[in-house]
Amino acid sequence: MLLEAKNVSFRYAKKDEFILEHFNLEVRAGERVALVGPSGCGKTTLAKILAGYLRPSSGEVLVNGRALPSRGFCPVQMIHQHPELSVNPRHKMAKILAEGWTPDADTLRALGIESAWLSRWPNELSGGELQRFCIARALAPQTKFLICDEISAMLDVITQAQIWELLLNIAAKRNLGLLVVTHNMALAERVCERMVRCDDGA
Amino acid sequence: MFKENRLLHANMPNTRVRIVLYISAAAIYLVGVFIWGAVLPASSYAVNYADKFIPPGAQFLFGTDFMGRDMFFRCVKGLSNSLVIGLAASLISSVIGLLLGVSSAVIGGKFDKFVLMCVDCCMGLPHLVLLILISFTLGRGATGVLFAVALTHWPELTRLVRAEVLQLRNTQYVQVAYRMGKTRLNVAREHILPHVLPVYIVGLVLLFPHAIMHESAVTFLGFGLPAETPAIGVILSEAMRHIATGKWWLALFPGLMLIAAVLLFDVIGENLKKLLNPESGQE
Repeated sequence: MLLEAKNVSFRYAKKDEFILEHFNLEVRAGERVALVGPSGCGKTTLAKILAGYLRPSSGEVLVNGRALPSRGFCPVQMIHQHPELSVNPRHKMAKILAEGWTPDADTLRALGIESAWLSRWPNELSGGELQRFCIARALAPQTKFLICDEISAMLDVITQAQIWELLLNIAAKRNLGLLVVTHNMALAERVCERMVRCDDGA
Repeated sequence: MFKENRLLHANMPNTRVRIVLYISAAAIYLVGVFIWGAVLPASSYAVNYADKFIPPGAQFLFGTDFMGRDMFFRCVKGLSNSLVIGLAASLISSVIGLLLGVSSAVIGGKFDKFVLMCVDCCMGLPHLVLLILISFTLGRGATGVLFAVALTHWPELTRLVRAEVLQLRNTQYVQVAYRMGKTRLNVAREHILPHVLPVYIVGLVLLFPHAIMHESAVTFLGFGLPAETPAIGVILSEAMRHIATGKWWLALFPGLMLIAAVLLFDVIGENLKKLLNPESGQE
């Protein structure tokens, strides 16, 4: 399994400046890659392009040499920076989880999700608790690559450590490719094997 | 500041209780008139030339008209008829609005432009002219009025629903649902409809008064219900002929009943809006 970005450029409209220009990236199955760079350099934009939320203005995103599917379950799943925006406030947690797949009890236990939380509304859970649900939802069996966009930036250090440990365990077990987007160098060095910089025009 | 507020409201029931009271009072009046009118025997407002032009009093609460018909029962029957037409018309209208609003936002592109053009066309023409035209082409009568009112009241709701859906379509959780392989139909059912439903219900209730007013207006102008059907519009247009000779009760009471019904629907709608809006729902 190989996720590639080939010569990816992106801008919102024809007259705008390029946010990304001729960007190349490869992530293999089981590999943990950090994407680091200053604020506003296009990290999240790149993450959205890789997960199929945005189409690149030029260049292509390939999974195993094939273009990302535009419908159906996407093998590249993205976990967002703000979990409270990624869940429908009118759905209960069990329904939100079921949107991805029906996780087994082991996965839920591994992620520290208590069964009582399943019958709650999103506004009754904290950011860290919601983020665990978002991670669990993205871990469906069809998922081959996970893009983690600052998934722990708003959590306190203890929760950060917990979530990363859980996520790294699961990723190793399933041989998932991880792309960790962050501006926290310490985290990137601790979690990842390889680092890609996203400076201006990199 | 909080303390003052609490003192001010200490002896008053909270908004929720007051709203429920308003709504049930309004509902009792409207449902009462509707049922009473539906079961009223035709003999109670039959022609009786012996009792022509009797002013309001103990025997005839609202007086009688130029054919000696009891105006009170005629008003009840008339308002009941108007309510039925208003209800049917606003139901049809709101369903058109909901479907067009959701589909134009979800499909987008040329279809969206076409729907917006229709909305602008409908809103740009004077309402009454359009109503008369449609009612006249469909041969007047109950069907004519019904379709005329139903086909002219969807644009506002379409716009509202479309705006809601457009905003919702770009939220992160809807985007996530698409990446998890959900189809458009599934997203519409699971995410979009439940969100739009409160807007729809409030819109529906606020459509009633419009529909009733326009039904009466078209009938008043002679393009709606036939003269033998008791309807508020018919009653009012007959009353116009006698108002110059001092028969004031023929216009006053039916007019008041119509205004009361319209205002009550408005009260229900405005209060539902407050209840269903999460910003003010907890007050």
